Amino acid sequence: MDVVFYITAFVTVISTIMVITRHNPVHALLYLIISLLSISVIFFLLGAPFAALLEIIIYAGAIMVLFIFVIMLLNLGKETAKQEKEWLKPKIWIGPAILSAILFVEFFYLINIAHATSYNLQTVDPKAVAVSLFRPYLIGVELAAMLLMAGVVGAAHIGQHKKMILHRFLKEEDPS
Amino acid sequence: MKSSVSIEIVMLLAGLLFVLGIAGVIIRKNIIFILLSVEVMLNAAGLAFVAAGSRWAQPDGQVMFIFILAMAAAEVSIGLALILQIYHQHKSLDIDKLKEMKG
Repeated sequence: MDVVFYITAFVTVISTIMVITRHNPVHALLYLIISLLSISVIFFLLGAPFAALLEIIIYAGAIMVLFIFVIMLLNLGKETAKQEKEWLKPKIWIGPAILSAILFVEFFYLINIAHATSYNLQTVDPKAVAVSLFRPYLIGVELAAMLLMAGVVGAAHIGQHKKMILHRFLKEEDPS
Repeated sequence: MKSSVSIEIVMLLAGLLFVLGIAGVIIRKNIIFILLSVEVMLNAAGLAFVAAGSRWAQPDGQVMFIFILAMAAAEVSIGLALILQIYHQHKSLDIDKLKEMKG
C-alpha cells in the first residue's frame, strides 16, 4: 500500500504545481479537480473514508462548479492567459525557486533522520465521526451553521447591489 | 485498504501542498488564481488534520476537516461574489490595476 500512497502523493504535487502555473483559468480548474481527487485517495488510504467522500462531493462537486460558473460569467479568455504568461517568465522566479529548493531538501533530510516509526492505521468510520460531531463538537456545528448563514447573506448582498452601484457611479460621472 | 506510511511523510506532503498554495498566492496576478491557491492551502490544512486524526484513530481530525470544508464553502461564495463585483466595476481582475483600493 505504500506504493499507492507515494504515487498518489506524486500526482497530487504535480497537479498542484500545474494549478499554480497554468495561464488559462479552466485548465487550472481541471488540474485542481485532479488534485482534489488524489487528496481524496490519500484520505481513503489514511483510513478516513467519510472525509474522502466529502472531499469529492463538496469540493470537487460543489465548490469547483461555483468557480466554473464565475469563469463562465466573466468570460475570461485569451487576455487573461496572455497577461499571466507575460508575468510568469522563468528568469523572474528561477533564482528564488532554486534557493527555496535547497531549503526544502534540507528540511526533508532533517525530517528523515528523525526516527520515523511506521504504524498501522485504523479506519475511522462515519459513525464515530457523527457521534463526535454531534456530541462534543455540537457548538462547533452551530457556529459553522451561523458562518454559512452569514456567507449566504453576504454573497446575496454583495451580488445584489452591483448594478445599482455601477449605475450610481455612471450617474455621478456623467454630469462632471 | 490500509496504508502504513509514517505520519511524517503525510505531514510533509501537507506542508508541500501548503507551500505550493502560498507560492500560487504570491506569484499570480489574477484574483481567480489567488482564490484557487487559497483553496489548495485549505486542502493542505485539511489533509494535516485528517492525517493527525487517523494517526491516533480518533474522529476529531475528520470533524475538523468538516469545519474546514464549511469555512471553505463560505469563503468561496463571498470571494466569488467579490470577484464578480470587482469585475463589473473595474472590468479587470489584475491586482495591479486595482491599486486604487490602497490595501
